[in-house]
Amino acid sequence: MTPMPIAMVPTTTMMDTPMLDDFLVRAALAGVGLSLATGPLGSFVVWRRMAYFGDATAHAAILGVAMALAMDLPVAVGTLVVAMAMAVTVTWLAAKGWAMDTTLGVMAHSALAFGLVAAGFLPEVRNDLQSWLFGDILAVTRMDLGLIWGGAALVLGLMVWRWQALLTSTLNEDLAHASGINPDRERLILTLALAVVVAVALKVVGALFIAAMLIIPAAAARGFARSPEGMAVGAVAVGAVASLAGLQLSLWQDTQAGPSVIVAAAVIFALSVTFGRMRH
Amino acid sequence: MTAPALIEARHICVRLGATEVLHDVSIRVDRAEIVTILGPNGSGKSTLLRALLGILPVAGGQVLRAVGLRVGYVPQRLQIDRSMPITVRRFLSLPVRVSDADAAAVLQRVGMGDGGGLQLAALSGGQLQRVLLARALLGSPQVLMLDEPTQGLDQPGEAGFYRLIEEVRAETGVAVLMVSHDLHVVMAASDRVLCLNGHICCEGSPQVVSSAPAYRALFGLGTGGTLALYRHEHDHDHAGPHDHHDPHAHSHGANDHHDGHPHA
Repeated sequence: MTPMPIAMVPTTTMMDTPMLDDFLVRAALAGVGLSLATGPLGSFVVWRRMAYFGDATAHAAILGVAMALAMDLPVAVGTLVVAMAMAVTVTWLAAKGWAMDTTLGVMAHSALAFGLVAAGFLPEVRNDLQSWLFGDILAVTRMDLGLIWGGAALVLGLMVWRWQALLTSTLNEDLAHASGINPDRERLILTLALAVVVAVALKVVGALFIAAMLIIPAAAARGFARSPEGMAVGAVAVGAVASLAGLQLSLWQDTQAGPSVIVAAAVIFALSVTFGRMRH
Repeated sequence: MTAPALIEARHICVRLGATEVLHDVSIRVDRAEIVTILGPNGSGKSTLLRALLGILPVAGGQVLRAVGLRVGYVPQRLQIDRSMPITVRRFLSLPVRVSDADAAAVLQRVGMGDGGGLQLAALSGGQLQRVLLARALLGSPQVLMLDEPTQGLDQPGEAGFYRLIEEVRAETGVAVLMVSHDLHVVMAASDRVLCLNGHICCEGSPQVVSSAPAYRALFGLGTGGTLALYRHEHDHDHAGPHDHHDPHAHSHGANDHHDGHPHA
């Protein structure tokens, strides 16, 4: 999907678009861009009960930041690699017969603890720890925006491309297998997409709230959806609205941006549960 | 003398971890026949089906399928997580999208003509099995494979479901391979029954198998009553389609399945 708001400015390139000089516009675009990826992916996280899996992967991002800065690598590369390694490790431990619940509990908290200890050795991470944990959507640069929209487009493209196969193997792996779909491959695609979203979402909502950004909009959309597609599109909409509302709250009351976005999403979820018609 | 089987396993062994679940099992399914694999829990019935489907690798022997074989698969149970909203109609389009006309026709066939708009999670056990069967029928399969398709259904529901299978077989010539641990209705609905307990204990027509010593040893009871039970159930069906065929019209004598010719 094309990043529409950017493309609508016809005569200028992204690098000298005056509109993008406004930090608020960049923040809004970052939130909306991220929602395009978290909507469909978050729906799968809900359907496949991967909430804790998402948490473990996201918490590993802090370790990724520390390692990237220690090795003079781009932060996005560090988070992507560490998130991927985390996801693969958890899958491998689960395949070895460890209870998923225990495995994820160990990995999620250890990853965060290791990341925070590592951050202690690196002043540039330590001094800025809050923005890595809670996001810093108001400080999104043009570079960040390119990364967010690029990553979101990649994830969205993967989801659309594999949609039918992903849905089938989510419903029943044997059914998928009998239809010539390899459920392991589809799981790997979701894992990959999750790692990309972690890398992309870090700047917007922070390591602690990436999983929330996946789960809450999708759960809110469930109340009104009658089809998987409806739920995914609804989750995109809820995510985008929550981003904009959270941004407003953050400006108005000077609150932390990441938590503000999640607060807005949680309010929408509560409204959906109250007024939605979860069908029986 | 024998036409190539649609699907055939020859002396296969299947291991799950260190355990040999299936040992030297041979089975073949020919066009338009209904074959039932019967066995107690843990006897490897589902494993055999999964090996035939290619989901599980075999440690020995070989699985042969007719070239371009189209299989319709009905899984043991479909855990519909209520977190996913999906209608019956949408489900039929997974993973291959089908036209509304085809979807309506197949739903009509399984007695769920008005059910397209229902949420999958809201269906009763019997309705869900019919929808699963409908989905399996959509690709015009040559073989239907059903893994304990009537689990959780009451006896009239069960009888109705097996009658539906027989009707579909009579109309389309589809072969059916079913797995069951239940002795009652399934016996009479089958042309051929295989008793499995890690290996094949006995095999033949329902009448032959039910009087075989191996079968009696496996299930520990005389089964003179099972066929009669099915006959009686005919009149008490509330869910199934209405006209019905003589369930025994397709019964054969004991089949020797070890004389199949090689094919690929």
